[in-house]
Amino acid sequence: MTDPTVSEATIVSLAREESGRVIALLAHRFGDLDLADESVQDALLEALESWPINGIPSNPPAWLYTVARNKAIDRLRRAASARRRMLDSAHELTAEPWQEEPDMIVENSFVGDEQLRLLLLCCHPALDRNTQVALTLRLVGGLTTPEIAAAFLVPEATLAQRIVRAKRKIRDAGIPLNIPAHLDERVDALLDVLYLIFNEGYLSRGSGDSAIRVDLMDEAVRLTEQATELLPPNPEVLGLLAVELFGQSRVSTRLDRDGELILLDSQDRSRWDSESIARANRVLVSALAAMRPGPFQVQAMIAAHHANARTAADTDWSAIAALYSQLSAMTHSPIVEVNRAVAVAMADGPLAGLAVLDAVEGLDGYYLLHSTRGELLLRSLDHPAAVEAFRRARTLATNRAEKRHLDRRISETSQNNSRDLSI
Amino acid sequence: MEYMILINSDESVQAPEYGQPGFEEFMGSWMAYNQILIDGGHWVSGANLQPTPTATTLRRSPGAADTIVDGPYVETKEQFGGYYLISAENLDEAIELVKQMPIPSGALEIRPVAFRPDAA
Repeated sequence: MTDPTVSEATIVSLAREESGRVIALLAHRFGDLDLADESVQDALLEALESWPINGIPSNPPAWLYTVARNKAIDRLRRAASARRRMLDSAHELTAEPWQEEPDMIVENSFVGDEQLRLLLLCCHPALDRNTQVALTLRLVGGLTTPEIAAAFLVPEATLAQRIVRAKRKIRDAGIPLNIPAHLDERVDALLDVLYLIFNEGYLSRGSGDSAIRVDLMDEAVRLTEQATELLPPNPEVLGLLAVELFGQSRVSTRLDRDGELILLDSQDRSRWDSESIARANRVLVSALAAMRPGPFQVQAMIAAHHANARTAADTDWSAIAALYSQLSAMTHSPIVEVNRAVAVAMADGPLAGLAVLDAVEGLDGYYLLHSTRGELLLRSLDHPAAVEAFRRARTLATNRAEKRHLDRRISETSQNNSRDLSI
Repeated sequence: MEYMILINSDESVQAPEYGQPGFEEFMGSWMAYNQILIDGGHWVSGANLQPTPTATTLRRSPGAADTIVDGPYVETKEQFGGYYLISAENLDEAIELVKQMPIPSGALEIRPVAFRPDAA
């Protein structure tokens, strides 16, 4: 008899929710990340076969853990070359595999430490950033290789290769599964990885076939929430979570029905997700209460000004410009200066904004610098220079919606320009 | 685990020689570093190489006679100039040890040793 309610989706969601925890636990017990990962994949395949027939087990995570652990033991038994590892885990092999109920899997606090180790391992500085992102989504987020490949628009073989290589390096170079001595540095890397995942989701919304792509924004929020639970209290993690929630609250108004980009000041604020904003506000307040400011908290404060302004005209641009100054001092990022230029222009006029932009160095290949200059030149009524800047931006833009947006700006500005000349 | 630390730095930057001012500090810092490795049980071996003009490269290709070339394997801005072979618990410990190396600038490549016949 088959149970029609056990769909593939049930198992996919189990994989997303639980596989990270189970991999972390098994990697810790067997001291072998690759073995843990492969065994969990085996167990998920078995779930696909067995659950529709036998029904969903009463405790799916415990089932997943037990089956994956037995798969791991099978693999160790089979692999002749693994004799030494087998001896190391002799106590695992002598236990009666099916009778021992793994209580720890329901005990969140027990697993938390292993999970944190896995999360931090994925962001080890000896792995490059793209690898960190892929590993985090794969091992902690429980996404499949094809899902990650589709989300980042890279060939599946490339991504699979990247993950295989990373797992091999972790094993052969002796990258440890432990809580690192310099926890802060690793947390910084982790936050950068999560922010990158979120931004990829935010920017790619609407491009490609979104029906088959996982929502990277949702994944980033989920993983960031997990990080807030696993890490020692850290206001920057909460700051990042607030940034993500503010971003998510307005993502449905970012593009129009034809997939064209809608700028913040023209978005339909009544369609912003007020629940998401309320939650982001609460998270931000709890972050700020720690009185340990950091770049993600400042970014969240800026997002909060936008999200809580009733209309675009109500936006407190002077406050936002001041926050960008703080952010600039913290990050020394020229990209932050481009954003500050916009805020200064809104507060003190386009010429003041252009002055900020003119001082930016090293961003000539960055399309937003030129599109921003175009907007500010347009506001200062220098149409020919504005068209020039938009054209430069258009040659540098990579995202489809952004390219179309710039095409529109170029044609609108050129028309205005020729009308001006005809007067 | 054992790790090979490949020290790549600009060999045109002259280290002070014996008898010159600064030699004591220079040599002292390296001796102290070696002592850290020895005291921690990390020391396996280490060497400083003669600069690349003394290098000779033997190039072998299948089906062709070996050729001998005057010079290093690659010409780079920084040159392979010395190594340490250390023993460390894991990559994190190896990185921490390499961070303490008293070298003013350079690229220090950390490679796990796969197999060493003379290992204890």
